[in-house]
Amino acid sequence: MTARQVYVPVAALLIFLVAWEALVWVMGWPTFKMAAPSDLPPAYAKYWELFLTMGWQTLWRTVAGLLLAVVFGTALGMVMGFSRTMRDALYPLLVGFNAVPKATVVPIVALMFVGWHDFNTVLIAFMISFFPIAVSVSIGLSTLEPEYRDILRSLGASQSTIFWKIALPKTLPEFFGALKVSVTLAFIGTNLMEIVSPHGRGLGALFDSGKTNSDYPLMFAVLIALALLGILLYYIVVALEKTFAGWADRSNL
Amino acid sequence: MTLDNLIDITGVRHAYRTASGPLPVLDGLELSVPEGGFVAVVGPSGCGKSTLTRLIAGLLIPDQGEVRVHGTRITAPRANVGMAFQNPVLLEWRTILQNVLLPLEIVPTKLSKAQGEDRARKLLALVGLEGFENKRPSELSGGMKQRASLCRALIHAPEVLILDEPFGALDAFTREDLWQIMHRVKAEEPFTGVLITHDLRESIFLADQVVVLSGRPARTQYVLDIPDTGLRTLDHLYTPEAATMLNTLRHQIEVAQGRVPAEASA
Repeated sequence: MTARQVYVPVAALLIFLVAWEALVWVMGWPTFKMAAPSDLPPAYAKYWELFLTMGWQTLWRTVAGLLLAVVFGTALGMVMGFSRTMRDALYPLLVGFNAVPKATVVPIVALMFVGWHDFNTVLIAFMISFFPIAVSVSIGLSTLEPEYRDILRSLGASQSTIFWKIALPKTLPEFFGALKVSVTLAFIGTNLMEIVSPHGRGLGALFDSGKTNSDYPLMFAVLIALALLGILLYYIVVALEKTFAGWADRSNL
Repeated sequence: MTLDNLIDITGVRHAYRTASGPLPVLDGLELSVPEGGFVAVVGPSGCGKSTLTRLIAGLLIPDQGEVRVHGTRITAPRANVGMAFQNPVLLEWRTILQNVLLPLEIVPTKLSKAQGEDRARKLLALVGLEGFENKRPSELSGGMKQRASLCRALIHAPEVLILDEPFGALDAFTREDLWQIMHRVKAEEPFTGVLITHDLRESIFLADQVVVLSGRPARTQYVLDIPDTGLRTLDHLYTPEAATMLNTLRHQIEVAQGRVPAEASA
């Protein structure tokens, strides 16, 4: 990583914070309309213990949902990528499922598994984030040029050899592209459940309590904490992508 | 069928099943390639030339007739075939050396890992890719990728080398470079080859026999033997003999396309 890759994003972040602060100051907005960045440190100082425990709850449930989404999405993508029949059969179902707003599913799930807070939250995070992974893996596999298959098949390679040696690695760039989208989606899923379902866990619940207590800086502080967690997970995915699919990056050529 | 032939294709008929009924692509295809021979197959677009390569590789079983390699009827892919296509299909996540070594990971081989690598380096040097062993395919030009693809097709010393328009997407100068490299490779690493091509000059320059297929459904329409003139150079393409052969082939293609009646070919 070069110095440029550090100071450019940091500078952008500082400009954003200054612009935000200036906007609130110029418009003379009270905190209940919009808190300024300078209102946030007091909120963090006051509730830092809550931020740590609830941030951790949000993080682990998001990651758990995301891992489930990776396993299930990849498996589903493989089924649809290798079988035309399954693709034709599952696509309408999948698109229909994805079109249902997850906010409407949250109360249903909350009632269905009442009391299973962790399970509910992980389930919603999973449901909202597996779609891009399944679609990208299935497209990656179904668009594999036949010559790639022929090269190995003419040598007598089995289907599973073709999958491990060619199809899987060739799909990795698409997979990571989808995973970046899924990371942010999974956070949305986790927080939907945390805000709607009154189990008092996670940053979503902290946000909700800020709302109930008219602690507006706290609400903004939660949003920023969520953004930071999102950035953290996103860059973990970027690091994984660099390790496993770095060959697809042509920006240095 | 004579025992001298490595590849024997007799009476092959094949049709693809499509939504609008069977689509015959090959009908009465005959082709024999002696051991160490190099046959070029030319014909109009879409006449089933690539289907032929898939038959020899065992990727496709014909509806009728038979394909024999070394007298054994081909009913499934066998490891003794090497293939190269117009699209070099190198694996982007592997280095050039690892790409060339790929077949050795699949076919049974007596070579140790080190011996395999030695052989791969030797082949890469033979096609002029010395020093590119650790580069990624994305760092190579089209012609270089095609040369690497050729090395991959040869690494396991296959009995049959199938080339399906391998130079079709290259510019004219690169293509002529690769023709000469092919002669060098054949001298060092003897193989029995089938070359599918659209380029008549390429066919007479590289092969010792040119087979013209008719339009779809394809049958063997004409066979032209190229006199053995030793290691051919590009100059040979500009001799009167070459011009006569090219004219004959061009006429046969026109017949195959249905533009000229077959009687006129007599």
